[in-house]
Amino acid sequence: MHSPLDTAEHPEKLRRVVIEPVSRVEGHGKVTILLDDQRKVHQVRLHIVEFRGFERFIQGRPYWEVPVMVQRLCGICPVSHHLAASKALDAVVGARTLTPAAERIRRLMHYGQILQSHALHFYHLASPDLLFGFDADPRKRNVVGVLAAYPDIARQGVLLRKYGQECIRVTAGKRVHGTGSIPGGVNKRVTAEERDELRRPLSDIRAWAQAGVALVTELHEHNRDLYEQFGTVKSSLLSIVGRDGKLDLYDGVLRARDAQGAIIFDGVEPKDYHVQLRENVRSWSYMKFPFIVSRGPEEGWYKVGPLARIQNCDAIGTPLAEAARQELIADSHGAIVHAPLVFHWARMIELLHAVEVIEGLLADPALLGDELVASGPRARTGVGIIEAPRGTLIHQYEVDEHDLVTMCNLIVSTTHNNQAMNEAIRQVARQHLDGHEPTEGLLNHIEVAIRAFDPCLSCATHALGKMPLAVEIVDAQGALVERLVRDGERL
Amino acid sequence: MTRAAVEIPTKKKLRVATTSLAGCFGCHMSLLDIDERLVPLLELVELDASPLTDIKHPGPCDLGLIEGGLCNADNVRMLRVFREQCKVLVAMGACAINGGLPAQRNHLDIRDCLQTVYLSGHGVERGFIPNDPELPLPLKQVHPLHDVVKIDYFLPGCPPSAEAIWQFLTDIIAGRTPHLGHGLIKYD
Repeated sequence: MHSPLDTAEHPEKLRRVVIEPVSRVEGHGKVTILLDDQRKVHQVRLHIVEFRGFERFIQGRPYWEVPVMVQRLCGICPVSHHLAASKALDAVVGARTLTPAAERIRRLMHYGQILQSHALHFYHLASPDLLFGFDADPRKRNVVGVLAAYPDIARQGVLLRKYGQECIRVTAGKRVHGTGSIPGGVNKRVTAEERDELRRPLSDIRAWAQAGVALVTELHEHNRDLYEQFGTVKSSLLSIVGRDGKLDLYDGVLRARDAQGAIIFDGVEPKDYHVQLRENVRSWSYMKFPFIVSRGPEEGWYKVGPLARIQNCDAIGTPLAEAARQELIADSHGAIVHAPLVFHWARMIELLHAVEVIEGLLADPALLGDELVASGPRARTGVGIIEAPRGTLIHQYEVDEHDLVTMCNLIVSTTHNNQAMNEAIRQVARQHLDGHEPTEGLLNHIEVAIRAFDPCLSCATHALGKMPLAVEIVDAQGALVERLVRDGERL
Repeated sequence: MTRAAVEIPTKKKLRVATTSLAGCFGCHMSLLDIDERLVPLLELVELDASPLTDIKHPGPCDLGLIEGGLCNADNVRMLRVFREQCKVLVAMGACAINGGLPAQRNHLDIRDCLQTVYLSGHGVERGFIPNDPELPLPLKQVHPLHDVVKIDYFLPGCPPSAEAIWQFLTDIIAGRTPHLGHGLIKYD
């Protein structure tokens, strides 16, 4: 059976309240809430309402087009898809080990992306809730309001994002939807001038990243009960970790812990992901529901993303971020933290880590190498796993003897968090909505919980859906453009 | 030819709504890639409904920027609302202009697509096709915006560069006919 508040017994007798669209998140989602006459909540669901069909239309394309095609899944983290596809296809072209330069250039691209995406999420999207309050005036509760009230914080956010985007531009060719990574390596070297350009602002960038960690820590301190309890539901955790057990967002092996922190599995090679993870479908969302096989479909859901990662790894390999991580662990006396609002703290620790990693890469002479592509014995299949800003991202492809893709399976970060987000908003509904008239401010509480996971709903909409009704689309002159179909059949 | 600096209208800010339909948010990212120029822009522009604000439905606006094409009935509904509310409507980016990459599904049979993803999909257990009334109707094919409403400007690129978006917006704000000069129009 599904969790409480997943499915009401008699939905037809209940009042429907809808949040549509969920705003200040990436992509298209809506929340429906069903209430009875006493305003008791009976059902809460986050619906992913779009479908784009990438897994299907990739089939039949030549494999080398794939890294550039699939990044169109998402404009906020295109690099994740660009690199996860490249990593999967490294196996197909037999590049078991990348050249030193290619490995570093891809890492610079990826950590640049972690930096820009985390900055965007915190400063541009989520910070208005945390700085002004969840039920502040909705006209001010946005990045424009932050610019007016906290100009320094907003400016630092804009410049942190800019810096991450510049790391991407230098390595991928342009800021959004670049072409730098290819199966077997990269197609563009980094010049000494480009490296020096990126090194120049580093001390400011590092200081602002540290200020970001201090800001979320302070917000947490000031409102401890809220930050620890808001929407909190225990679950397992999943991420990749480096082969040495340390935080590694570019490459590693799968590790899962249960809600108390005990290892469920560890050291699982990317190609074996399907042994540990499977997916379920629900009627009311185009996003699937993955679960850990050994725990089963009901109990096997888990969280991914910054909060999972920094508690799943043994340590962070850079000093400033590791010190910040130790502070977070000490704050909960070592108990696993499940609170959605603590995602923000973990995310800023990762942002700081990204700056430190970038600093290390820019100091490494191997970054400037010009051996860019490796190859070896061809294979028919490949799996690439990467930690995208929002969590674990899995790409799997099969390629035939004509170099055409015959199978594509994607499990994106936000999909892993599907159940976790639904459980969090149900908990918020119990904590804050039950018995109250759902005002704009109260409904924003639901969105605050969703935002904490930094969902990328565009990434989650790569699937296709069914048509439950019939509709006609007409153009500006009233002429019929399209008649929609019912149950997959043309009317 | 050099351009005059942007003249700052002192009285009324330009009211701008933005939305992403069947897009990836990359065009919105490119808009944010104007970086520090966001500050002077927001002194000239009032954001209405947008993924960046909590205004869910647009009121009367001077300008509407739409990213993404049309893949479901909700997209069409939102496009019509934008057309009603916005004096000037802009198709921003490849998907809005010609459907973009999502239109790759247009030559496929939709039933086959559904089955690939939800029934025979790799690692799917107890698969079936989602069918709840809360899910909007998918269109049989992905359409560009101008198939359904009149579009005033087309801003090409995947995404249009931040420079192109900046040039376009500053022209509109200053009351000039937008003109993208050399290097700003790209069809990538």
